[in-house]
Amino acid sequence: MEISCEEVWREISNYLEDEISAELHTRMEEHFKGCKHCSAVLDGSRNVVRLVSSAGAFELPAGLSDRLYQKLDRKLSERSESQKKE
Amino acid sequence: MLEVGAPSRSSATTSAVLTKRQGDASEAELIQRVLSGQEEAFRQLVRPYEYAVFMAAQAILKNEADAEDAAQDAVLKTFTNLAKFRGDSKFSTWLIRIATNEALMKLRKQRHQRLHDSLDEPRKDDDGDYIPRDFADWREIPSEALQKKELRQALSRALAALTPKHREVFVLRDVQHFTIEETAQLLGIRKSAVKTRLLRARLQMRDALAPGMDGSWSTGRREYKPVRPW
Repeated sequence: MEISCEEVWREISNYLEDEISAELHTRMEEHFKGCKHCSAVLDGSRNVVRLVSSAGAFELPAGLSDRLYQKLDRKLSERSESQKKE
Repeated sequence: MLEVGAPSRSSATTSAVLTKRQGDASEAELIQRVLSGQEEAFRQLVRPYEYAVFMAAQAILKNEADAEDAAQDAVLKTFTNLAKFRGDSKFSTWLIRIATNEALMKLRKQRHQRLHDSLDEPRKDDDGDYIPRDFADWREIPSEALQKKELRQALSRALAALTPKHREVFVLRDVQHFTIEETAQLLGIRKSAVKTRLLRARLQMRDALAPGMDGSWSTGRREYKPVRPW
């Protein structure tokens, strides 16, 4: 049975996740063969997932790695100081 | 209020963790070292997940400084509560859950402080169907695309433009590679909600990034603009 573009868009993310039934998968594949718009949406969505998965897609603030432990280091040094006093 | 003390756990429990997660032997070993008082091993344990901790917090808080603050709280809490880690999930999942919770707590405080926050205004239902705004062809990822500063900036802009609830799902699933189920558990929502939000986030990101004559990442525009209006 023919599937509409709207139905394809609704399921396109699940298609990428392989979280749809075999029957729906086949219907969507048939649709992609004949619909350049939906093929473009599929390719683009897949590319987004690939891009953001890549190392370096998002940059961390400079020096974050050291600052991440600031609160812990402060607590540990406070504890160490209080132990010395005891 | 957190208590900072040397984490402790019975050797029996630690052994159980070691047995259960044999694939993460070095990680379990590091946990054991921290629990036995070698605090310096903690950084080694967390280092592979620093990016994930920050991104999880930023996905919720958007603001970089707030995200960093929440990430620092998460690191502190993880250390303090390490003895409670039972190894039922991956250490990374547990750590990210703490980061997510810290960020959510911070977000709630911010909302509470801002009585007239726009979040209190009636919200439109943004879990409804999302219609792609353009159908620009984007079959190939340009080679060395990520080397381009413009694309990295466009990615950050597109991510920032998502609503928090779509951004957090997108970051956990697509940036950090948690499964749909893990993402649902981390956020305390149903799997079906994860799927719905993921769909919208992916389509919206695609709309923002699909390159073309008028693509947002080549023009630097912040708003979504169809590449080829129909």
